[in-house]
Amino acid sequence: MDSALLVDRIQFAFTVTFHYLFPQLTMGLALLIVVLKTLALRYNDETYHKAARFWARVFGINFVMGVVTGIPMEFQFGTNWSHFSRFAGGVIGQTLGMEGTFAFFLESSFLGLFLYGEKRLSPRAHWWSAVAVFLGSWLSGFFIVATDAWMQHPVGYAKAADGSAQLTSFWELVLNPWAWWQYAHNMSGAVVTGAIVMASVGAFYVLWGKFEEYGRIFLKVGVTAGLIFSVLQLFPTGDGQGRMIAEYQAPTLSAMEALFTSQPGAPLVILGQPNVPAKKIDNPLVVPEALSFLTYRAWKAQVRGLDAFPESDWPDNVALLYYSYHIMVGLGTLFIAIMLVAAFLAWRGKLFSSRWMLWILMLSLPFPYIANTAGWMTAEIGRQPWLVYGMMRTADGYSKMVSAGNGMFTLLGFLGMYTVLGIFFLFLVRREIEHGPGAEASSGH
Amino acid sequence: METLWFMIVAVMVAAYVVLDGFDLGAGVIYLAAARTADERKKIMRAIGPVWDGNEVWLLAAGAALYFAFPLLYASSFSGFYLPLMMVLWLLMLRGIGIEFRAHMENPVWQGFFDVVFCVSSALLAIFFGAALGNVVRGVPLGPDGYFFEPLWTNFRVQPNAGILDWYTVLTGVISLVTLTAHGSLYIAVKTEDDLNRRARTAALWAWPLQLLLTIAGLVATIAIRPGVLDNYKQHAVGFAIPLIVFGSLAVMGRTIVKGPNVASDLKKEKIAFVASALYIVGMLVGAAFALYPVVLPSSSDPARNLTIYNTAAGHHGLTVGITWWILGMILASGYFTFLFRMFKGKVRLEGEGY
Repeated sequence: MDSALLVDRIQFAFTVTFHYLFPQLTMGLALLIVVLKTLALRYNDETYHKAARFWARVFGINFVMGVVTGIPMEFQFGTNWSHFSRFAGGVIGQTLGMEGTFAFFLESSFLGLFLYGEKRLSPRAHWWSAVAVFLGSWLSGFFIVATDAWMQHPVGYAKAADGSAQLTSFWELVLNPWAWWQYAHNMSGAVVTGAIVMASVGAFYVLWGKFEEYGRIFLKVGVTAGLIFSVLQLFPTGDGQGRMIAEYQAPTLSAMEALFTSQPGAPLVILGQPNVPAKKIDNPLVVPEALSFLTYRAWKAQVRGLDAFPESDWPDNVALLYYSYHIMVGLGTLFIAIMLVAAFLAWRGKLFSSRWMLWILMLSLPFPYIANTAGWMTAEIGRQPWLVYGMMRTADGYSKMVSAGNGMFTLLGFLGMYTVLGIFFLFLVRREIEHGPGAEASSGH
Repeated sequence: METLWFMIVAVMVAAYVVLDGFDLGAGVIYLAAARTADERKKIMRAIGPVWDGNEVWLLAAGAALYFAFPLLYASSFSGFYLPLMMVLWLLMLRGIGIEFRAHMENPVWQGFFDVVFCVSSALLAIFFGAALGNVVRGVPLGPDGYFFEPLWTNFRVQPNAGILDWYTVLTGVISLVTLTAHGSLYIAVKTEDDLNRRARTAALWAWPLQLLLTIAGLVATIAIRPGVLDNYKQHAVGFAIPLIVFGSLAVMGRTIVKGPNVASDLKKEKIAFVASALYIVGMLVGAAFALYPVVLPSSSDPARNLTIYNTAAGHHGLTVGITWWILGMILASGYFTFLFRMFKGKVRLEGEGY
């Protein structure tokens, strides 16, 4: 592997993974803040306003992190992936351009109003500014997912004389079925992150015995949203996304399941380590015939294994793809279980006194981040060895003029910069949480 | 259609420089103009609700460039690899400086983020100027439309020059001085008393420098690239642009309220700020007018120039784009008008903030 290509891949993977830690929370929280603001208007209750204000502060910190780590993503299309940009810019320039024009302006201007303008706006106008922030961040999510969806399943284009892809149908691009399934799955994942973070902070307050009034609100809203969206994450969105992969990226599905050999009645691997050179699973724990059923709704159906495809079309890291996918599904299942129990306890009025459940909720905070990251790794590693599926190999898309040494320089720069940012971020968020809702802004400009 | 998108991208870049320019400039004078904790808070609050929205114009302009001229985006972003990455790091440090400062109570850390904010603002102003300088001067484009420039070679203007040579350093300094004046005038409009006075003084210092550097920049540009006059010679209407540039400079000179003892005059300060914005637009449009239809000149062989024609995306895409772009801009100008109207007037420290 050419080392410049490797450096470019690592840099993009690292910067995009770090970046997405923030939008997944802001997109999820944006919806939950609208819920809190709606409750505040409906019950005319200052507690909900204060709760919303607390999460707005957390949102603000995360939003800035999302913005500053997001700019490098757009830049890197040109700096590190210039051959890809030249090839695909005529199509995905549409979705990226629309993100800039429709989503960013909406989100950033109304966030300014939402954070700074509560005293200048009427309560209803302030509610609208929260809705605008929610719409802006979800629009932004759509355009980015639609861009990725085109790379996963290109539609609405034709090849021009110079070999580049050019748009032929705007609506095909925007209505790409892959985009809509992926969007639904991704946004529901973001709400799971927002909900679990909210429930986790709520559990922390109730366990601490401080800000309990707010802790109970956070638990109620967090567990309700967490239950709804962790179920949606499995069905229909996860299922729909899976069928897209089965239809358009057959080798990817085989690699995700680490099914090396085509067979009727294929088993579903729950645990086990893929041994790629030997083309088998070590220490397997399987459900017989389940994969056939899930894929084709028939227990004896023939499922194609990796052996059905030339090795040059296999995702280039089968083991990592398999793990990403299994971690995502495993955690997703766990969230449903936790949220079902928590919701049951809440329904029986026992949630706030079940300390064991509060501990579980509090400690579950990192896991939606891991699940969302693993989900994106499944999508992106699964698309390999293609950059644009079936059209452009990853090895053909990077910037050939940028040497590995220059790439290494900036990769190290990003590693250092993001470490420092991450430390400050954790410090600030911890401070906001300890400081708690209720009190007016601790400082602020 | 290509020409239309060329104008759109130019307008968006100009909007970015005018808008983010004033908060960058506010950052440049931040340490010198704001001495007390309250004054620093006032500058932060003057730009707090808007800087992020202003910066979005950079992203939106970048996205429009990517959309309309993919090859130009691919070539220039990979060719200017190192400086662009540094711009990214500076943008990050600056954004974090503004935001984290607001959440830190400890004066030691506030002081730290104050310096981060000020230094990154100044460096960004210089980088953006140098970037424009590179585009006007030209870069060593290869036959495939790609190039790679080191940060510097020997600071001479020559075919294998680096990002920084004497000419681009000059444009970097012009940009720094221009945005300093621009930001000072914005802060003057938004504040009162000592802070207002110091901001006016900063503008007063920047103005003569700005005038001198504008003339120097013009002479230098014509000296290294005589071709920049071609479009002006063919279309005499272009000469209106330098008129606007020097006209706005004159207006600025007349309206910057002089002396520390002269009372503030909000009306004059506003006119001066608008004139400064007009100056920036004039400079950028002047450069765009001179380059057209070239978007990235080759420093060795004009046949290798990147133009709007050999870098544009397909026709169908560009046509579709116009529709949503117009719709998007109507919406965006609505938001911005509303936002700036909500936060109009002098900044106050009571209430507000989050």
